Amino acid sequence: MDSAILLHRLHFAFTITFHYLFPQLTMGLALLIVILKTVALRKNDQLYHAAARFWGKIFAINFAMGVVTGIPMEFQFGTNWAGFSKAAGGVIGQTLAMEGVFSFFMESAFLGLFIFGEKRLSPRAHWASAFLVFLGSWLSGFFIIATDAWMQHPVGYSLASNGAIQLDNIWAVLLNPWAFWQYLHNMIASVVTASFVMMSLGAFYLLQGRSTQSGRIFVRTGVVAGCIASALMIFPTGDRQGKNVATYQAVTLAAMEGLFESIEGAPIAILGQPDMEKMRLDNPLVVPKALSFLTYQRWEAEVKGLNAFPKAQWPDNIPLLYYSYHIMVGLGTIFIAIMAVSTLLLWTGRLYGARGWLWVTMLSLPFPYIATTAGWITAEVGRQPWLIYGLMRTDQGASMNVSAGNALFSLIGFMGMYTLLSVLFLFLVGHEIAHGPEAE
Amino acid sequence: METLWFCLVAVALAAYVVLDGFDLGAGIIHLGVARNDEERKQVLAAIGPYWDGNEVWLLAAGGTLFMAFPSLYSSAFSGFYLPLMMVLWLLMLRGIAIEFRGHIDSPVWKPLWDVVFTGASALLAIFFGAALGNVVRGVSLNAKGEFFLPLWTNFGVKGEVGILDWYTITVGLLAYVTLTQHGALWVAWKTQGEVQRRSRRVARIAWWTVVALTILTTAMTLNIQPQVGANLRLHLWGSIFPIISVVSLVGTWIFLRRSQDLRAFLCSCGFIAGMLASAALGLYPYVLPSSGDPSLGLTIERTAAGPYGLRMGLMWWIPGMLLAAGYFVFLYRHFGVARFSPPRDEA
Repeated sequence: MDSAILLHRLHFAFTITFHYLFPQLTMGLALLIVILKTVALRKNDQLYHAAARFWGKIFAINFAMGVVTGIPMEFQFGTNWAGFSKAAGGVIGQTLAMEGVFSFFMESAFLGLFIFGEKRLSPRAHWASAFLVFLGSWLSGFFIIATDAWMQHPVGYSLASNGAIQLDNIWAVLLNPWAFWQYLHNMIASVVTASFVMMSLGAFYLLQGRSTQSGRIFVRTGVVAGCIASALMIFPTGDRQGKNVATYQAVTLAAMEGLFESIEGAPIAILGQPDMEKMRLDNPLVVPKALSFLTYQRWEAEVKGLNAFPKAQWPDNIPLLYYSYHIMVGLGTIFIAIMAVSTLLLWTGRLYGARGWLWVTMLSLPFPYIATTAGWITAEVGRQPWLIYGLMRTDQGASMNVSAGNALFSLIGFMGMYTLLSVLFLFLVGHEIAHGPEAE
Repeated sequence: METLWFCLVAVALAAYVVLDGFDLGAGIIHLGVARNDEERKQVLAAIGPYWDGNEVWLLAAGGTLFMAFPSLYSSAFSGFYLPLMMVLWLLMLRGIAIEFRGHIDSPVWKPLWDVVFTGASALLAIFFGAALGNVVRGVSLNAKGEFFLPLWTNFGVKGEVGILDWYTITVGLLAYVTLTQHGALWVAWKTQGEVQRRSRRVARIAWWTVVALTILTTAMTLNIQPQVGANLRLHLWGSIFPIISVVSLVGTWIFLRRSQDLRAFLCSCGFIAGMLASAALGLYPYVLPSSGDPSLGLTIERTAAGPYGLRMGLMWWIPGMLLAAGYFVFLYRHFGVARFSPPRDEA
């Protein structure tokens, strides 16, 4: 691989991974804030109003980070991936422009109203501004997923005589079968992240013995929302997304599962390391026939292994793909366990006093972020070696006129800038947490 | 259809410059017109609720450009790689300076972000002006419609050009003084007392330099890019745009003398919009001319997306933008046109 292309890939991978640490919280948190506001309105409970206000501040800091790191994403389509943008801009330009026009204006206008307008707005209007922030951010997520889904499974286009990919049917792009399940899977993942963050911070306040009433609200809201969301992650959204991969990217499924040879009654690997020299899974721990059943609902069905496909179509980093997929699924399973135990304790009224378990919930904070990031690495490394699946290879899409040296220059610049942003972000969030939800 | 999209993109970009222009301008004069913390809070409060909404226009204009003219988007963004990356970093620094300044009350923390805010705002104004200068002058396009510009070469305007040459630097300076005046008028309108008095003074000084640089830049432009003069003669109705600019500029002075800040500010909006519209009309149908062989220049026909996409885009873009405009009318009304108190906790 040419070093300029590697650098353009690292450039996008680095900036998108950092960027998505923020929207994955804000999209889910927007929903939880609407729930807090709804309860506050119905019960006329000041503590819930305070909770919504507090999470509004956390939301605003994350939102600002999402915006400043999001602008470079749109720019990079043109700066680093000119070949791709030139060929496919007629299609993905639509969804990206829709995001700008329909979501960003709504989000930025009503977030301002939500944060600064509580005293001037009626309670119902304030609730409505929270709802519109939620709507805007979930619409934004949809347009981005529709863009990615088109790269994973292109539909609704035709090829012009000059090789440009032209839009043929906008509804096909928006109603892409890939987009539907990927969207739900992704948005529910965002609710999982937000629930864990809320639960974890609530546990922190309970363990500290301060702001305990708010802490209970956070834990309760986080556990209930997180329990539902964690279950929905696996079934039906994760299951259906997996079947999409099996249908449209069979070679990716084989690589994700570490299945080197085609086999009837394929086992599913729980642990093991792909060995690309010997073409096998080292130290495998498997459940017999499970992969066949999960994919085709028949224990004896044949699942195609990597050997069924020409090597030129294999994803170019199979170990990374395999590990990120297994990390995502493994953590997703653990989340269900954590949430199930927490729900049980909540149900029996013992959760707020169970200090040992509160420690577990508090320390679980980073794992949804890891799981979500691993999930996205699975999706995007799994798409390789294609930029647009089956249509354009990744090495054809980069900006040929931007040299490796220039790409490295800006990559280093972004690394420096994002280090600074991280420090400031952690500092500000820490400041709000130390301030507490019951201030003012 | 291509022409219609050319106009829509131009309108979106002009809206961005007029709107974000006033908060960039407020940033430029921030250190000068506001000398202590109390005064600086006034300047920041004047742009507080608006600046990030204004920046959304950049994203919307960029997205629209991408959708309607994908080949232009890919060619220009990769060719202007280095300055665009720097613009991104400056936008980030400026955003965090505004947002984070108020969180700690310390004589080390606040002045630091004040300097970052002013420095980033000033550089952005110059960069945006220089970018416009590059688009008017043209770039060294090859037959595939690609180019890559270094930051500078020999500062000449022919042949192997760089981002910065004596022409683009002049346009950058014009943008700097124009936005200084624009921002000063906004701040004068939104504040009282010393800050208002100093802002009016800055606007008066800036006005003279705007006049001088406008004359100089116009002469240079007609000389370097003959297309502009030819187009204005071809479409005589288009002389309305330069006329709007001149009238607005005169209006700015008259209202400034009478201390009618809002009217002076609106005239400044008219001046900026008129100048940008003149430039757009002057280039049409080119969107990125060539600095070498004129036939290599990118036109709207060469860079536009397919006809179906352009038609579909129209169906949702116009209602979507009207909806967006609706939110902002609501927002501005709700927070009132009156002076706005600082929303963030300044503890």
